[in-house]
Amino acid sequence: MSLVEDPPAGAPDIVDADEVRRARARRIERIGKWLLPVAVLVVMIFLWDRIVVWNAIPHYILPGPGAVFETLIEDRAMLFSALLVTLQITMLALAAAVLGGVGLAILFNQSRWFEMSFYPYAVILQVTPVVAIAPLIMIYVDNRIAALVLCAWLVAFFPILANTTLGLHSADHNLRDLFRIYGATRWQRLRYLQIPSALPYFLAGLRIAGGLSLIGAVVAEFVAGTGGMGSGLAFRILEAGYRLNIARMFAALLLVAGTGVIIFAGLSFLSHMLLRKWHESALKRDR
Amino acid sequence: MPQTTTQQPDSRAWILRMEGVDKTFGGTVHALSGMSLQVNQGDFISLLGPSGCGKSTALRLIADLLHPTRGRITWSGDHDVGDLGVVFQEPTLMPWATVAQNVWMPLRLRGKSYHAVRDDVLEALRLVGLEKFQTAYPRELSGGMKMRVSIARSMVTHPRLILMDEPFAALDEITRFRLNNDLLALKQKIGCTVIFVTHSVFESVFLSDRIVVMAARPGRVIRELAVDEPYPRDESFRTSPEYAAHCREASAALHAAMDQAA
Repeated sequence: MSLVEDPPAGAPDIVDADEVRRARARRIERIGKWLLPVAVLVVMIFLWDRIVVWNAIPHYILPGPGAVFETLIEDRAMLFSALLVTLQITMLALAAAVLGGVGLAILFNQSRWFEMSFYPYAVILQVTPVVAIAPLIMIYVDNRIAALVLCAWLVAFFPILANTTLGLHSADHNLRDLFRIYGATRWQRLRYLQIPSALPYFLAGLRIAGGLSLIGAVVAEFVAGTGGMGSGLAFRILEAGYRLNIARMFAALLLVAGTGVIIFAGLSFLSHMLLRKWHESALKRDR
Repeated sequence: MPQTTTQQPDSRAWILRMEGVDKTFGGTVHALSGMSLQVNQGDFISLLGPSGCGKSTALRLIADLLHPTRGRITWSGDHDVGDLGVVFQEPTLMPWATVAQNVWMPLRLRGKSYHAVRDDVLEALRLVGLEKFQTAYPRELSGGMKMRVSIARSMVTHPRLILMDEPFAALDEITRFRLNNDLLALKQKIGCTVIFVTHSVFESVFLSDRIVVMAARPGRVIRELAVDEPYPRDESFRTSPEYAAHCREASAALHAAMDQAA
């Protein structure tokens, strides 16, 4: 916040060499942040295409980028319905992870007994690889979607639980004392002090969980294998692999990666919007 | 609850009494030993002493954040949570809340909607000269301004007693002098009662009418000095011979306290 008034109109701006250098560095960084990754992408695609053409690699081993793109267009109906299935599982798992993670974190925070009893099992669930648990879940849970969501949830909920728990414990000590002095109830302390304190931690966990729930969904689909009805992208990748339709494998992979990027970007944006007014992580430094 | 309520008639309207209060931690660390203090209506009392002399422990005992190992702390009349305002060494504001929301907090915890107490919040902000900043977030304010918000928050409930734990220790001297002046002006205006912890002789002399000098290991009261100079005090008091004399006296007492501790 600058309380200094702008220089009167018409007066020449006072700019020294430092200012000019800094302005140029800022401009280069702003453009470079977008331009460089795009340039890398273009070069990679070009090299990929040339390698395929020059070495006359058959399409059932490595299709060129053009073939992948064509497949993406041709098979769009099938691929996008598969994408919707995967997306549905991912979103359900993420929603369940938020509910479960935050709910458990609040329970842990409110009851030390509860935390001591159940925290070790939350850790055990987290450290056991989902690929190892998934086949069992497939056996015991009849509903296919529910089974997949459960697998993805197992992967995704822990970062939210761990981060939110940390956040709820990290409220400023003087503020805690102040709340005590002013006779705050447990509920008031939770609502007005601990939950706002935990918000940045929760959002960091949410960003990790967003990516993990997609990974969880894809891994679970792989384990579930053949399905026919309601098959997601992972199933399409497996199926295309059996048929040596490598181009479709790449196309499906592209969709999975794109989905991951969009989830991450969306959650980062959400985090920025919620924190931009007050949290250090979302503030631009003036100089 | 160590704080019992008793109705004792007294010629001077007292607010709080500490009688022979001891506080030990873990059975071995003697943080405070046999402290007695009577706080009367309108007092500005400074607790002056080196670090480790139990000043902050005394405040935490009064605030009921700690309980005395021995001795009693008594409030006159009925005592409830609104009786106390607190200012810590750090501004201790909620970074996610605006200035007005921060000042509203003590009232909100008592179930008051913002709408119902809006005038009180704005009045408290006006008293510290920040009414224009009610929608600002703490990060937009300077250190001194944050402290003013903290002071406004401590006064918004019209408490009988305000505890201040080295509130200006982290500020630069110019800001500190300004806030000292403003605090005295505030005291004149609303007639609050304050216990002010500090390790600055000058600050304690300028602000208070009683200075309680404390020594460390174990934390205890060494002397009580009266600064019987009339309020309002302003900048000219800082250069008066009386001020210098009181500073000398307080300094000597503080040195005696430190010698005893060493």
